[in-house]
Amino acid sequence: MERIYTADTVDVVVIGAGHAGCEAALASARMGLNTILFAINLDSVAMMPCNPNVGGSSKGHLVREIDALGGEMGKNIDKTYIQSRMLNTGKGPAVYSLRAQADKAKYHTEMKKTVENTENLLLRQGEVTDIVAEEGAVKGVITESGAFYECKAVVICTGTYLKARCLYGSTITESGPNGLRRSVALSESLKSLGVKLKRYKTGTPARVDKRTVDFSKMKEQRGDENIVPFSFENSAEDIAREQVSCYLTYTNEKTHDIIRKNLDRSPLYSGVIEGTGPRYCPSIEDKVVRFADKDRHQIFIEPEGEDTNELYVQGMSSSLPEDVQVAMYRTLPGLENVRFMRTAYAIEYDCIEANSLKLTLEFKDIKGLFSAGQFNGTSGYEEAAAQGLIGGINAACYVKGIEPLILDRSQGYIGVLIDDVVTKESKEPYRMMTSRAEYRLLLRQDNADLRLTDIGYKYGLISEERYAAFQEKRENIEKEIKRVKKINIAPTEEVNAFLEKASSSPLETGIKLTDLIKRPELDYELLAPLDKDRPSLSQSVREQVNIQIKYEGYIQRQQKQVEHFKNIEGRLIPEDINYDDVMGLRIEARQKLKALRPVNIGQASRISGVSPADINMLLCFLNG
Amino acid sequence: MLKVDLQDTIAAISTSVGNGGIGIVRVSGDDAVEICASVFEGKNKNLKDMKSHTLAYGNIVSEGRVIDEVLVSVMKAPNTYTRQDIVEINTHGGYTAVKDVLEAVIKKGARLAEAGEFTKRAFLNGRIDLSKAEAVMDVINAKTSEGKDIAIKKLKGGLYDKIEAMRQKLLTLTADVEVSVDYPEHDETELVLENVKKGCEETLKSCLSLIESADIGKIYTAGIDTAIIGKPNVGKSSLLNALLKSERAIVTDIPGTTRDMLTEHINIGGIPLNIADTAGIRDTEDKIEKIGVEKSIEAAEKADLKILVLDGSKPLEESDRELFALLKGASLVIVNKADMERKIDLKYIEDLTGQQPIVISAKENMGMENMEKRIKEMFLKGDIKENDVYISNERNKASLIGAKNSLENVLSTIENNMPEDLLTMDLLQAYEYLGQITGQSLEDDVVDNIFSRFCLGK
Repeated sequence: MERIYTADTVDVVVIGAGHAGCEAALASARMGLNTILFAINLDSVAMMPCNPNVGGSSKGHLVREIDALGGEMGKNIDKTYIQSRMLNTGKGPAVYSLRAQADKAKYHTEMKKTVENTENLLLRQGEVTDIVAEEGAVKGVITESGAFYECKAVVICTGTYLKARCLYGSTITESGPNGLRRSVALSESLKSLGVKLKRYKTGTPARVDKRTVDFSKMKEQRGDENIVPFSFENSAEDIAREQVSCYLTYTNEKTHDIIRKNLDRSPLYSGVIEGTGPRYCPSIEDKVVRFADKDRHQIFIEPEGEDTNELYVQGMSSSLPEDVQVAMYRTLPGLENVRFMRTAYAIEYDCIEANSLKLTLEFKDIKGLFSAGQFNGTSGYEEAAAQGLIGGINAACYVKGIEPLILDRSQGYIGVLIDDVVTKESKEPYRMMTSRAEYRLLLRQDNADLRLTDIGYKYGLISEERYAAFQEKRENIEKEIKRVKKINIAPTEEVNAFLEKASSSPLETGIKLTDLIKRPELDYELLAPLDKDRPSLSQSVREQVNIQIKYEGYIQRQQKQVEHFKNIEGRLIPEDINYDDVMGLRIEARQKLKALRPVNIGQASRISGVSPADINMLLCFLNG
Repeated sequence: MLKVDLQDTIAAISTSVGNGGIGIVRVSGDDAVEICASVFEGKNKNLKDMKSHTLAYGNIVSEGRVIDEVLVSVMKAPNTYTRQDIVEINTHGGYTAVKDVLEAVIKKGARLAEAGEFTKRAFLNGRIDLSKAEAVMDVINAKTSEGKDIAIKKLKGGLYDKIEAMRQKLLTLTADVEVSVDYPEHDETELVLENVKKGCEETLKSCLSLIESADIGKIYTAGIDTAIIGKPNVGKSSLLNALLKSERAIVTDIPGTTRDMLTEHINIGGIPLNIADTAGIRDTEDKIEKIGVEKSIEAAEKADLKILVLDGSKPLEESDRELFALLKGASLVIVNKADMERKIDLKYIEDLTGQQPIVISAKENMGMENMEKRIKEMFLKGDIKENDVYISNERNKASLIGAKNSLENVLSTIENNMPEDLLTMDLLQAYEYLGQITGQSLEDDVVDNIFSRFCLGK
């Protein structure tokens, strides 16, 4: 777009007001920088174009970490949730996963309200068409109206909007999600800056009319009685409310038959869709083809909000023609007479090879240009928000000329996410999973504040009041663990009667209280009657005391692993290394190392195509 | 620390220094052919024009002087040991010829290779994995043919294959647990636990047998430090001579040690016995009794195997009985001089020492096979099996013990009914430990450590 006039001069411009963009803009503004947040349509701020929930396996961890660093997603879902559950509680403390159903409309309204009322931040409707860079550094952006916004840093958070196409059957719409306008010009501008783009795809299921669903044929899924807020600033009482239910049903052979018979009408299988889809969040036709031996798949029916009849049919994402969709939905128990309100569709969009980014999310070759969210090749609101937060913080750090924030893999899921995204080659949208976090026993959702709130405070994103409360909590945990470790329990009749009642074996000699806590059938809470001098402590403190004592041996072993990891991460690779000087590298490894320019030996070792032998060469070169 | 500079060309004498029939100088690097060509005068061949893996006959000439008549083999990258150009110059044996040829190539720009540098290059160029590199070292250091067999098996990849199979199994188990943890709706926990338990038990068993093999492997490759003890004149010296006299004996000097600190290696059914201070043993025969006993105490302290020699032709004396106290751990009581009339009470010795004495005559070479049999029984559980892989160094053993502990942690997690997510950490730790053996796990200093133990020229 031709530059017509200079509209404004600011510090940071954020392009896109989705989950990444909102976090990026809020972080930058809260760090004191003059920030503008652009959205193609202000009615789509923090829109949830797909599932109506936040959190879940490993994504819940991300939200807790975002909150611990001073981000907004946790607070916003606490304000707008309509159901909350802690999932996976049987499989270990590190994989507890918090998930809440959101009221989509309210989620949008509340986030917009927060953004609009943040100092230093302007929310502006408009399509950014050009990024202006001179001598390898960002100078500003131009909008469709020819307005030039001069700025020092830009964070690209365009999600799925770049050259987006929505498809089902042979119906193709050149638009962003939910019929919103797409953005074409920016793709061209990025290409002219040397940014390589690729095509990814994702999809969403149909929304159906609540009045046409027979819930009696499904299994009700209620919210938890004792809920856990996402934000460490909230207590359960603060956000207590009536909860709505979700429902579980299943596909069956009839469903699968319809899908198989109509596969040739799917743009995915007929070759119309060029983008690569997510393996971990596949369409129903993908699941039926890939897991042919499974005779049924779980389908969850989830309300999209309290003021709407729209229901989200989780697990039935599809790009089959509308008539096929309706037919297959109607094979599900409870959906026999279902009527669609929105058709399921697949969406294709431009995104980058994220290995052109540094761990700060800044482009390696363009100073001041940052990028976050689905545009980096990830999927999910939470992954987007986490990157947005880091991108925003680092854009602000860049402008201020201070040390950027890089979390490593032992500090948080956010660290794992960003390291994976910029280091590992990915051929499909990246989804966070607990198995990606090697040190997850230390990266629990319950201790995100203990891990990260100091950092959030350092960057000015945590209020003094919150920080004081946090420090008090931390002290209380340490004090109580110290106290409990000193307590011995004698094998009295009273004690053994108590243990028997708790189906735990009786004592023959004295034992440490901590050893009793470590027994699988017991915990800190249960043992309160044997611990007469126990002070009254908050639930979150008690939880920490229990976990840190109960899993002490495991935690210590994991800490050992982290030490080894830190050792290798500490072996830095000089920025000006010439890989042609490193002898003995295989050609593929040499190319990858040159392209990625890893910052340390650890990161180098995680690049696909770089073998342990290559790393040994590199180590010898650095030692030599 | 060994520096790695793969660009320059290195050279070293590759045969053992001594009076062998031939000697080999090996040269590896980009300029290997160039350098050797500049010192080689062939009848009608220039080394630079030779096809890879062919031989040329001619002279090595340095500063206008013919040093030796040689056969030269030229092997071009990448199908060589180091994956670089290699030239091997076969000289006449004898120290001078080999040394002069080496000097000639060094004058032309080759650098004297550091210990293990050829193998290090082979490893770093992806020619061999870590376990093979270590096996090369074992082959070089093997003192008996059995020891060499073990190393060669390792060199062929036996250990690598076995360890990688174990790692693969652990990875599959981990994946099962991860799927179950990542997908809350996945509800086959019990099946997963059962699989993990079974898989870990199997892998643990493999670990344990490899750890056990480490002791055997070490015995075959490094040998058993042995002390021959006894009063003067009981026949220690003639026992030693009888052992050494046999064709199987290998006698080695350790360079840099003085004559009276000689260690000699005796091959007992494939097991090398390292007998320290053999000169000292001989000397004590003439010394007064007290010094003899003191020497025995000193030698016994450091030894893994103690062989106490008694004189069967004389009744047991107080000073003999004093030496019984040294028979802790692996030990043998030998009653020598069976060729003379026995004056010693065998039953009495057995009662005092708890072991049946072995009656021999070192002089007549009688009863030696019983001694051999007893030593084998003591250190080996049966013979080496054809297809078994043996561990033969401490580094590998330490990694296996690490893996064993981690697997035991996994099993105790299951045993204690702990949540399944806690399995992964120890499963992956075991996986890492095993990877240290094959070089698949990332470790900072391991490569330099290993290669600095190599001998020159390999």
